[in-house]
Amino acid sequence: MTFVPSARLLRSLLPAFSLTVILIAIFYLQPRAMSYFGLNLLLNLALPIAFATLAQMCVIAVNDLDLGIGAFVGFVACVGATWLNESPVLGVAVLALCILAYAALGALIHLRNLPSIVVTLGMSFFWLGLALLVLPTPGGKAPEWVRAVMTFKAPGMPTTIYASAMVAILVHFALMRSAYGAVVRGVGGNPRSVERAGWSILKAKMSMYALAGFFGVLSGISLIGLTTSADANIALRYTLLSIAGVILGGGEFVGGRISPVGAVLGAMTLTLAASFLSFLRISPDWQIGAQGAILIIVLALRVLINRAGKK
Amino acid sequence: MTAALSKHFKIISGKPWIWAFAGAFLVWGATILYTGGTGAGQILSAALSFATFSVIVGIGQMYVITLGPGNVDLSIPATMTFAGAVSMKIMETQDAMILPGLVIALLCGLAVGLFNYGLIHALRIPPIIATLSSSFLVQSSAIAYGRGLKIKPPELLAEFTTARIAGFPLLAICVILLAAIMSVVLHRTVFGRSVLAIGQNPRAAALAGVKVDFIRLATYLQSAVLAALCGYLLAGFSGGASLNMGAEYLLASIAVVVIGGTSVAGGFANLPGLWGAALFMFLLVTMLNTFGLSAGIRLLLTGVIIVGVITLAGGRRD
Repeated sequence: MTFVPSARLLRSLLPAFSLTVILIAIFYLQPRAMSYFGLNLLLNLALPIAFATLAQMCVIAVNDLDLGIGAFVGFVACVGATWLNESPVLGVAVLALCILAYAALGALIHLRNLPSIVVTLGMSFFWLGLALLVLPTPGGKAPEWVRAVMTFKAPGMPTTIYASAMVAILVHFALMRSAYGAVVRGVGGNPRSVERAGWSILKAKMSMYALAGFFGVLSGISLIGLTTSADANIALRYTLLSIAGVILGGGEFVGGRISPVGAVLGAMTLTLAASFLSFLRISPDWQIGAQGAILIIVLALRVLINRAGKK
Repeated sequence: MTAALSKHFKIISGKPWIWAFAGAFLVWGATILYTGGTGAGQILSAALSFATFSVIVGIGQMYVITLGPGNVDLSIPATMTFAGAVSMKIMETQDAMILPGLVIALLCGLAVGLFNYGLIHALRIPPIIATLSSSFLVQSSAIAYGRGLKIKPPELLAEFTTARIAGFPLLAICVILLAAIMSVVLHRTVFGRSVLAIGQNPRAAALAGVKVDFIRLATYLQSAVLAALCGYLLAGFSGGASLNMGAEYLLASIAVVVIGGTSVAGGFANLPGLWGAALFMFLLVTMLNTFGLSAGIRLLLTGVIIVGVITLAGGRRD
């Protein structure tokens, strides 16, 4: 008897497969990348992108979309490089407020039945404006402890890989294996039945948005640990990157179908895709285009797998 | 007394676009109060000029959003940039090339629209993701094609797009006409009514014999073609195509639709609101500029006001 993998298994393997393909391609083009130092350099920026992607995933899980996450991460970076460094208590308080603001945003969107794209797009102006007020010109200084954590050299493999794996597994257990995780994902799948079963959709949405805010904060802080200084515009591209990361990672836009492990893998794939293109000597003009193309290819592969699964 | 009040309320709630115009008027009033009455006419004229472009893309976006939840075209900014860059390069500032340039721009839009709907249909992915992915490709094409050069538009096109009749922008008149025509199309033609029907209940529409796939295709094509037209005109208006010329129209195209009183859940739309909302958005920025606020405060207030207005305007309507 031969083993026939189910469509579901194939789909869940797709993110790992894309990452492997791109890693092999990079190693083939640039064998020197296959070292501690090389990998460290390649994956340097993967962690903040992975956090931003997880933030986006939390919002997508409840059928919304966050077009303001990039600006939010930028604001967190600005707070991190100024207040968090100069007076940690104030800094932590502001960041905690940010998470509350995200929860409030979730409540607003749910209670008034607003389109999340417009609200979060409007919020992107709000965060960008706040960031400019905190740090009008690029600069600031990341706190020493953040620097120390982010530049820590773990034995064997770059720290990014350990950290990403840990985060992916933690979030996987929190959202995919816990009872409340199932409820929250149910809100994306069938809100009416979740409500009839006695759960509060409002609470579920608020907790997912708060979680998104939390990951946004982690993204901004880890980002300044790498860049050492901040700028209001530092993370604007994270908005699109994070959406692409979630989709690459096997998340679906509706129905609460998400995959935390996939999202982290998707973020890493996107980080590597940029280096891959420069190894190919493709002009930077096509960088965004290539991300679009990767997205389309992965989505097409998914359709093929689904069709094959139905046969 | 209460009967009269409720009658008034009925009139207003039946015309959700009144709020957008009221907001625009309020913001305009605040601005001239601040300046002591100077420049009231110029501000209004400038607002009409700039609102024109938001309305053009807003019309396309409105039809798309009216198709129902999940339908939105995120490729508008990229399409604008692409069509603007390609048409400016082809026209090479020659007046004789204005019409061929326009045709090329519209063809660019048609191509993007076809590609968008192709993705939605073939990959069965939500339109948001489809138009987002394709916008990456289109934006890259525009960057690679335009190479950052700012080619000037033909003189005649620049003159046409900036022309004024007694202080009233000519382009604005054309687009008011366009909005009026599209309003008739929405409420009186088979196409418009099919769009509304699909937005209200796609299954019922399909059972009633509406060719759902075809109507959706046409709506996405229309949105992309209008975006291309807007890119062409905007490039003429602002002295050439630039690579970020479409950027602000992502928010603008969606915001004018929602603030204008079109239902976000689909199925109900109105054209006049687009103009009210577009004027409101521009006058709002003008007001904040006039108050002499710093860039940070300006952005912050823009965000707060947009979210605030949408909270008030876009709430539950069921």
